[in-house]
Amino acid sequence: MSGPAPDLPPHGGLHARLAVERPAFRLDVELEVAAGEVVALLGPNGAGKTTVLRALAGLTGLTGGSITLDGRSLHTLPAEQRRIGMVFQDYLLFPHLSALDNVAFGPRSNGASKAEARRTAEALLERVGLVEYAAVKPGRLSGGQAQRVALARALAVRPRLLLLDEPLAALDAHTRLEIRAQLRRHLADFDGATVLVTHDPLEAMVLADRLIVVEHGSVVQQGTAAEVARRPRTDYVARLVGLNLHRGRGDGAHVKVGELLLSTSDHVEGPAFVAFAPAAVALYRTRPDGSPRNLWRARIDGIERHGDNVRVHLDGPVTASADVTPAAVAELDLSPGQEIWASVKAAETHAYPA
Amino acid sequence: MTTATTPASAPGRASGRERGGVPGRLPWPLVIPALLGLAFLVLPLAGLLVRAPWSTLPQRLAEPQVLQALRLSLVTATIATAVCLLLGVPLAWLLARTAFPGRRLIRALVTVPLVLPPVVGGVALLLVLGRRGLIGSWLEAAFGVSLPFTTAGVVVAEAFVAMPFLVISVEGALRAADARFEEAAATLGASRWTVFRRVTLPMIAPGVAAGAVLCWARALGEFGATITFAGNFPGTTQTMPLAVYLALETEPEAAVVLSLVLLAVSVVILAGLRERWVSRI
Repeated sequence: MSGPAPDLPPHGGLHARLAVERPAFRLDVELEVAAGEVVALLGPNGAGKTTVLRALAGLTGLTGGSITLDGRSLHTLPAEQRRIGMVFQDYLLFPHLSALDNVAFGPRSNGASKAEARRTAEALLERVGLVEYAAVKPGRLSGGQAQRVALARALAVRPRLLLLDEPLAALDAHTRLEIRAQLRRHLADFDGATVLVTHDPLEAMVLADRLIVVEHGSVVQQGTAAEVARRPRTDYVARLVGLNLHRGRGDGAHVKVGELLLSTSDHVEGPAFVAFAPAAVALYRTRPDGSPRNLWRARIDGIERHGDNVRVHLDGPVTASADVTPAAVAELDLSPGQEIWASVKAAETHAYPA
Repeated sequence: MTTATTPASAPGRASGRERGGVPGRLPWPLVIPALLGLAFLVLPLAGLLVRAPWSTLPQRLAEPQVLQALRLSLVTATIATAVCLLLGVPLAWLLARTAFPGRRLIRALVTVPLVLPPVVGGVALLLVLGRRGLIGSWLEAAFGVSLPFTTAGVVVAEAFVAMPFLVISVEGALRAADARFEEAAATLGASRWTVFRRVTLPMIAPGVAAGAVLCWARALGEFGATITFAGNFPGTTQTMPLAVYLALETEPEAAVVLSLVLLAVSVVILAGLRERWVSRI
């Protein structure tokens, strides 16, 4: 176990194709993460995000594919020889070891002397601001402190790939903000590739350079946060970024969604998505005069509070959400089950090829 | 003993009542057998205390045969426990942490000595490790080692009978321990042996300790397999239980004294285990 030289040039990164087959579950995902880049795997529960991390770490066997990190083939190695830092969702700090010994565990297992391992561990605890907790057992650390110790422990093996499984999920809302800011800083300092798993889009956008959305065991969309937010490609992503999304057929200035012809300011041909914000949807009690385009008759499916506004769920030729002010709800006298007219301005829709 | 609940009832009694479930008169078909059962378990021990020759106790305890048997018992039970730890913990690990064909069968086999009459165990040991036994004859021919009717034989008999207690206890602890800690250790570069030594073992230490104490207590009380396989020679194979049995025929008072010593040892073990184990079952 000599390991690569610690001063590898900052290129390389992770190239992986992971295939894992289990009864009733199939994962087939391709990942490219440059050194120094932070990629967030985003997806609903059961999409296979954690399986991706476990497969990368060697805790779940691959049924196909390969993993290359900085030019080194990893998929044939057992977990203990991969030198990958992993932060588990509930941290899994060894309960019988002090914070310092937890962090020193990795260097110790990789052949460092006791003194050397302790020095490494102390430096890392210093970096995460917990040097005064060195002697404390994990059971007496707060959630935020445990998260930082877990990060320090993962970094202590000098990994070239860092895996974080829902790193902030176990924290309460207040601590989360603070730890997220710190984590962002530590990830910026880390020169290897980072893959983090989350189901919180905000977390993904704050921490990651790029998002990869996984659903049902495969990648459905990837790109920067802005790209993903502008052009969602699945209902799950559309819900995450708060857009109405419909799939249809474009013929230039129109997209036909079911029976409804939506005109858009974008030009698309063939299979296309059309997306619009709930706030762009206008509701009318009676058919409006001047007949705006993109008008349809809808039935109110539900009404709920959404921030300062009211979100109205519409059923009809297309299902959509509309955000209106509470005053408008009162004025229009909206109630579930009611028939209503809805419209969206062409300029506020966004169409792109599917 | 009515159902009235006063707000100011003592905390201990209050919690007792909560656990009791439905309040109301206690049903005699349960209470009477319960009290009889209790008496049945406690009275013999009380009898032992009542009939003990307290006045001559110190002299009798100081008798060389008693001390000899006691020392032999403590030494063999301790060595047997060490053997069980050395072999039983890895066996428990194998059963709890690895998957191999026939694992369930092996698990069942491991527990056989638990239900096997110890005498049968002794006979089985003789057949395998006796001077004409399958392995015994080879041991004698190759190394000149003969186990039956020696102190080492006592250890073998005790370990055979006591090991399942340890294996079951440790395996339970392993199954209860979160194996993901071991995965975390593996991602940090620890080999499986390092993981076992530095993560698994410390985490299951309470289970191992409880198993070792149970195992030791069982070895200390071992009678059937020992007398069958190792015989009953004062000084080399006559442990306390064997001495008790022998004394009962010749000198009943001595048997009472020896029994008292074993009872005292048991009570000490029970007190030591109370926190860990007895309160949990």
